Amino acid sequence: MFSNYLKTIEGIGIYPLFSLLIFFIFFLIMIIWVIKVDKKYIDKMSNLPLDLQSSDNFTSNKIINENYIEDRNEIN
Amino acid sequence: MELEKFSYDNKIVRNFGIATMVWGLVGMLVGLTAATQLFYPNLNLHLQYTTFGRIRPLHTNAVIFAFVGNAIFMGLYYSLQRLCKTRMFSDKLSKIHFWGWQLIIVTAALTLVMGFTTSKEYAELEWPIDIAITLVWVVFGVNMFGTILKRREQHLYVAIWFFIATWVTVAVLHIVNSIEVPVSFLKSYPIYAGVQDALVQWWYGHNAVAFFLTTPYLGLMYYFLPKAANRPIYSYKLSILHFWALIFIYIWAGPHHLLYTALPEWAQTLGVIFSVMLIAPSWGGMLNGLLTLRGAWDKVREEPVLKFMVVAVTAYGMSTFEGPMLALKNVNAIAHYTDWIIAHVHIGGLAWNGFLTFGVLYWLIPKIYKTELFSKKLANAHFWIGTLGIVFYASAMYWSGIAQSLMWKEFTSLGVLQYPNFLETTLQIIPMYMIRAFGGLLYLTGAIIMVYNLVKTAKAGKFVANEETEASALVRTKDRFKKGIRHRFIESKPILLLTLATAAILVGTLVEFIPTFLVESNVPTIANVKPYSPLELQGRDIYIREGCVGCHSQMIRPFRSESERYGEYSKAGEFVYDHPFLWGSKRTGPDLQRIGGKYPNIWHYMHMEDPTSMSPGSIMPPYPWLLSQKLDISTTAKKIEVMRNLGVPYPDGYENIANKDLMKQADEIAKNLNENGIATSSEKEIIALIAYLQRMGTDIKAKNVEGK
Repeated sequence: MFSNYLKTIEGIGIYPLFSLLIFFIFFLIMIIWVIKVDKKYIDKMSNLPLDLQSSDNFTSNKIINENYIEDRNEIN
Repeated sequence: MELEKFSYDNKIVRNFGIATMVWGLVGMLVGLTAATQLFYPNLNLHLQYTTFGRIRPLHTNAVIFAFVGNAIFMGLYYSLQRLCKTRMFSDKLSKIHFWGWQLIIVTAALTLVMGFTTSKEYAELEWPIDIAITLVWVVFGVNMFGTILKRREQHLYVAIWFFIATWVTVAVLHIVNSIEVPVSFLKSYPIYAGVQDALVQWWYGHNAVAFFLTTPYLGLMYYFLPKAANRPIYSYKLSILHFWALIFIYIWAGPHHLLYTALPEWAQTLGVIFSVMLIAPSWGGMLNGLLTLRGAWDKVREEPVLKFMVVAVTAYGMSTFEGPMLALKNVNAIAHYTDWIIAHVHIGGLAWNGFLTFGVLYWLIPKIYKTELFSKKLANAHFWIGTLGIVFYASAMYWSGIAQSLMWKEFTSLGVLQYPNFLETTLQIIPMYMIRAFGGLLYLTGAIIMVYNLVKTAKAGKFVANEETEASALVRTKDRFKKGIRHRFIESKPILLLTLATAAILVGTLVEFIPTFLVESNVPTIANVKPYSPLELQGRDIYIREGCVGCHSQMIRPFRSESERYGEYSKAGEFVYDHPFLWGSKRTGPDLQRIGGKYPNIWHYMHMEDPTSMSPGSIMPPYPWLLSQKLDISTTAKKIEVMRNLGVPYPDGYENIANKDLMKQADEIAKNLNENGIATSSEKEIIALIAYLQRMGTDIKAKNVEGK
C-alpha cells in the first residue's frame, strides 16, 4: 500500500548510501574531537553528577566526597 | 554570582518509585505463575483469562513497561532535575505523565487477559492504548525538554543524551510498529503483512530492548553509579563514543531475530554484521561503569547499593557479549526457538535491569526520606537471594535450551529423526522448568524483602517532597575551554542533539526497510497462495486471541532436521496475506506451519478439549471454552473490508456474502465432526479454529511450488 508512495520518490536508492556516508564522516569527526578535546572540560563534565555543593549530598556523602577530593589531591 | 533559590520535586520521584516496586512485584508474580504453568498447566485454574498464552504477554509487558518503565521515570526525574539544576518544567505534566502511565498499565493488563492483542511481541496492546501511549509519551517529552531548556547548567551531562535518544527512538519505534487499521474498538490489523511485518516487528522488538531496556538504563548508570561510588565516571570521553556508536549501530541489528527465516538473505546478513559490531560500544560502556569503581572496590564489599550495580553492569557485559554470539548464524541455528533465548533475556532483565533498579532504589529512597537505609543486612540478604535466583534461573534455561535443541536435531544412523515426537523432547526438560521456577521464586522473595526494607526506611525517615536548593542562573558565557573542536556546541544545544540522534537511528532503519518494501524480488509471489476464507480468518483471530504464537512458531527453517519433522520449509511468498505475521519466536510446542491436513478434524477437537487425551504428558493447557463459546460473525464483513483495503485481493462486495461462505464451511466441518460422534454445532469457535489449523501451510504443501 504505502510502498507505492516510496516508489514515487525519484532516486530513492541514493538516500541510504548518502546517509551512511554522512555518518561515517560524523564518526570520524567525533573521534578526532574526542582525541583533541580540552582536559579541563572533560573534568568538569565528568564531575557534573557529583556536584559538590549541591544539597542532595547528605552528611555521610559529604565526608566521602571530601575524602575523595583529598585522595585526588594526593594523586595529583 | 547571585544564587537563585528553587526546589527539586521529589514527590514525582517517590511516586514513580512506589509504582516501580508495586508493578515489579506484580510482573514477577505473573512471570512465576507462567513459569509454573509450564510444568503444572492446571495452575491456570481452567480459566481462559489465566492461560499461558494470555499471561505470557502480561508478564513481558508488566516487567518491561510497568516495572522498568516506572524505574526509568523515577531515575530520570531525579537525575534530570539535578543535572539541569532546576525543578521539572511543569508539575502538572509530571502528574499527567505519572497517572497516564499507570492508567495505561491497568488497561493493558485488563485487555491482555481478556484476549485483546495484536500478537506482536512487546507491542501486543490494541490501538486505543497505542494512541494513549503516544499521548503520554509526548507529555513526558514536553516535560523533559522543557526542563532541559530552562536549565541552569550550560552543559548536558551524558546521561541526558541517553534520555533524549530514548525518548525520540521509542517514539519512532512505537509509531512505526503500531500503524494498524481498526476493525472494531479493540481489534485491528497491521498495515504490514508477512515478511515486512516480521521485519518491522523485530526492528521494533530488538530496539525496544535497545532503547527501553538499555539506553535509559545506561543514562541511569552514568548518573547513579558515580553518585553511589562518589567518583566521577572512569572516562567521559569513552562515554561520548559509547553514546554515538551505540545508538547508531543498535538500530541495524533487528534482523538477527529472523535468521534462517523467509526474510531476504541480505537483510539477515546486515543484522549479523551490526550485531557483532555492537560488542564494541556495549563493552566500552560496561568497562566505563566497572572502571569507575577502580580504587573503590573495598566499598563494594560493604555497600549493597554498589553490589547490585556491579552485578548489573557485569550482566550487561555478559548479555551484550552473548547477544552478538547468538546473532551468528551457526549459533542461532541451535539457540533460536529454545529456552536459551529465555535465559539470555533474563540475564538482561533480572540482572541488568532488575539489579540496577534495586541499586538505585536502595540509594534513592533513603535520600529523599532524609534517613539511612533501615537494614543493610536485609539488603545484603536480598542481594544474595536475588543472585542465587538468577543463577538457578539461567543455568536451568541454558541447560534445557541446548539439550532440547540438540534433541530436535538428532538423527539416528539410519537417517531418521531420533526423537520424531516433539513431546518427548519437552518431557526431557520438565525438571529444568521446575528449577527455573524455583529461581524465579528466589528472585521474587528478594524483591519482597526489598520492599519491606524500603517501607521501613520510609517510615523511619521524613519525606522531603520539595527539596530546597540554590544555584546560580545560567549565564551563557563564551567557552572557557579553548582547545579542541567544540562538541559542546552540539551538547549545549539539546534540540540539535535530538535531531542528530534521530538521524543516527533513522539511517539503519531506512537502509533495511526501503528495499524490503520496494524490491519485489525480495518476496517472490506464489501463484497458489490465496487469501484466507472468512471462517479461516475468524479462526486465525482466535489463534491470535489465545496467544498460541507464544508457544508455537509458524516458520520452518531450511534445515533437514526441520523439514524432516515439520515438512517443507517456509517461503516468503506464503505470508503475503498474513496481517499480522505469526512466525513466533519460541517453540514450547511444535511448529504449526504445516499442521494443515496432518490430523483429522476430530483430532483437533479432542486435542483442544484436553491436549493430554491426544498427547499424553502434554503441557499444553486445555481450551474447553472454545467448544462452548459462539463465534462472533458480526465482525466478518468489517474484517474482510479492512483486509481488502490493506491489499488482500478479496473481490469487491465480498464482505456482503462472506458470512454465507463462512457458514457453509463451518457446516461442513461440523458435519464431519458429527459423523465422527462429536456433538457440536457449526457456530462454535472451535469450528473456526479447526478451519484455520487445517488451512495452515497447505497452499504449497507437498507440491514443492517454487517462487516464480
